[in-house]
Amino acid sequence: MTHIAIADQPAEMHHPHSFVTKYIWSQDHKVIAIQYGATAISVGLIALVLSGLMRLQLGFPDTFSFIDPSDYYQYVTMHGMIMVIYLLTALFLGGFGNYLIPLQIGARDMVFPFLNMLSYWFYLLSVLILLASFFVGGGPTGAGWTLYPPQAILRGTPGADMGIVLMLVSLAVFIIAFTMGGLNYVTTILQARTRGMTLMRMPLSVWGIFVATVLGLFAFPALFVSAVMMAFDKLLGTSFFMPAVVSIGETLDYSGGSPVLFQHLFWFFGHPEVYIVALPAFGLVSDVLSTHARKNIFGYRMMVWAIVAIGGLSFIVWAHHMYVSGMNPYFGFFFAFTTLIIAVPTALKVYNWVLTLWQGNIRLTVPMLFAMGFIFTFVHGGLTGIFLGNVTVDLPLSDTYFVVAHFHMVMGVSPVMVLFAAIYHWFPKITGRMFNVTLGKIHFWATFLGTYAIYLPMHYLGFLGVPRRYYAIGNTDFIPDSATALNANITIAAIFVGVVQLIFIVNILWSLFKGKPAGGNPWDATSLEWQTPETPPGHGNWGPRLPTVYRWAYEYSVPGAKQDFVPQNVPPEDVEMEPGAGPYREHTV
Amino acid sequence: MADLSIDDSRSVQSVVRDWSDDKQTFHVPWGKAMMWIFLVSDTFIFTCFLVGYMNVRMTTTDPWPYPSEVFALTLFGQSIPLILIAIMTFILITSSGTMALAVRYAHLRDKKKIFMFMAITALFGATFVGMQAFEWTKLISEGVRPWANPFGAPQFGSIFFMVTGFHGLHVSIGVIYLLVVATKVYKGHYDRKNNYDIVEITGLYWHFVDLVWVFIFAFFYLW
Repeated sequence: MTHIAIADQPAEMHHPHSFVTKYIWSQDHKVIAIQYGATAISVGLIALVLSGLMRLQLGFPDTFSFIDPSDYYQYVTMHGMIMVIYLLTALFLGGFGNYLIPLQIGARDMVFPFLNMLSYWFYLLSVLILLASFFVGGGPTGAGWTLYPPQAILRGTPGADMGIVLMLVSLAVFIIAFTMGGLNYVTTILQARTRGMTLMRMPLSVWGIFVATVLGLFAFPALFVSAVMMAFDKLLGTSFFMPAVVSIGETLDYSGGSPVLFQHLFWFFGHPEVYIVALPAFGLVSDVLSTHARKNIFGYRMMVWAIVAIGGLSFIVWAHHMYVSGMNPYFGFFFAFTTLIIAVPTALKVYNWVLTLWQGNIRLTVPMLFAMGFIFTFVHGGLTGIFLGNVTVDLPLSDTYFVVAHFHMVMGVSPVMVLFAAIYHWFPKITGRMFNVTLGKIHFWATFLGTYAIYLPMHYLGFLGVPRRYYAIGNTDFIPDSATALNANITIAAIFVGVVQLIFIVNILWSLFKGKPAGGNPWDATSLEWQTPETPPGHGNWGPRLPTVYRWAYEYSVPGAKQDFVPQNVPPEDVEMEPGAGPYREHTV
Repeated sequence: MADLSIDDSRSVQSVVRDWSDDKQTFHVPWGKAMMWIFLVSDTFIFTCFLVGYMNVRMTTTDPWPYPSEVFALTLFGQSIPLILIAIMTFILITSSGTMALAVRYAHLRDKKKIFMFMAITALFGATFVGMQAFEWTKLISEGVRPWANPFGAPQFGSIFFMVTGFHGLHVSIGVIYLLVVATKVYKGHYDRKNNYDIVEITGLYWHFVDLVWVFIFAFFYLW
């Protein structure tokens, strides 16, 4: 099979001319990535504000009269859904996936740029539908981000009229958007790699994004189906998820449905979703760690197979979210077993990150700080996951603050740490300018220490048995006064961390216009995106000829070489060596 | 004596090497690879629908209606079970045959024949959707609704209308897709690059929709 690169079909490239085609209706993967990123961060800031409001209520109950219980549940729901789907999924795959895939595999663009553009516009539509639910009668849904029936669509739950319908429609539109983008990412990675770019030479970022996208394509259908069925239950009066219900003394028209079916469908999506967020984070952080430690990633092949194994296993662990749902207890045995198995490849990755740092020539840059912070938060969140994966330990801890602390450490803080690492790491390439390092370091320390101030005490609250999702704890015998004091402390820490993010926003916006020019490769990185002829890369990325790849992406600290790194696209004979060091020896993976 | 046994580990490795080499992983056009991946994703959607169907059939508290009675049609004074659905299935399977002929003529670059067979396929598809509309009308006139069912469990109506509706939507989209591509073929749109891959890609989608129908048929009408 001859190699077909987009370069060999120059007629396919339509260079944009006007402002509108260049920056708004753009088919360039880099512009689409920035559109995705900007939208996701904006909507994420809304979710951040919602979490601040929740914390105000929890820390200082009976103080804020404008937060009533319905508002509180709406904040909980919208915060969770926005963070998981509309921020993390969209930013990792729509943002970094779009930006990095073509640049890191040496392609000019995604294989179907028009579809890629449609993907963004559908995503924006889904965000707008979601935000519209704030303005309809009854407000957005307050069913919790898991949207469990029967309560999600019954009177008494906030937003049970239009809020839940808009949420379901928005999710369906998001899934359509994701499918259009995801098909593009997978096909591009499989079919459009440049000369020399074998699968086992791809940077781990691409591997993580690739496997996560495949998970998304197979897992989102379950969410789509459950959204359609719940919308029917709500709008047409079907009883897929609705058993016979007596509500406020009135027998409703539902009968014979299965609420547990919804939970199975939801978590068949929901658990892979954890890895849809985590795997790109694993990939990106591997690249950041290796670059700034000036050392090749430890155990590249193992890292790839661990990503693939985690991806596969993530489809058979879903019911560990349902130990208390009333499903057959024997399922608990199976799902606890698979859940503990999945810790093996995950732990392997953590060891490899630490071993990458071992004896490395570590440069404590801002992205590196965030990447190392990720290792801490992820180990922390991962260990509490082992607690919750065991049925007998999970039962008393279920629906307490321990669970809140666990999933915020493992899939809230950790991916966000990687997002910051990745944004700081690739910012010079995306904009051509360097950010302010001092502000970046302040941002890191405040965020890293601040999140610990928030979430460490929550584990303790969980052990005390403080239930989650309660509007106010009130006076309860088993909860000591110290828990209330702790709650106030957590709130202060949370508000602090929330406000600190303004430093990040200011830094990014200021550097965008006033930052020092960064040059094409400020981190001395080896992967292809740092070797583009222009920075930021122009339309088509590579000028007249696509790059040729000669090695993997982790050739750092090469013995005898003049520079301590060898880019992927430098031919072996062009590598400059120190006098007397002998010829360059190709590293084989 | 030379060792003539085949070293399995090495042949597996060579397969992996071939797949991961610096070329297209699958030796097919991009559009075709993308359609395959989409169809796998779509399979998950239909699978979830069917799993949901099996689940509510178990959880519902009312008896499930007897399909050969519900789906019987009275022709010439005789009640014949499943006659309409048998004809519909036959038509849809036949349309897969005509689609395969269109793909064959695409390889031969015979524009008129491609157009003809794609149009026939679309016609079969439209007939299928039409007959489905007839079946829906009949059930609705007998009082079956998404939320109610005079023959037993209300979930029968819910899941039937939802899944056959979702499949019918796929067929309808397929008919439009076929007609668009057929028209473009007729106008010589694909002669510019002499690239008729799109016919095969459309065919993939169409065969998938047929295959899904076989499962829906088995689960809804025969079980």
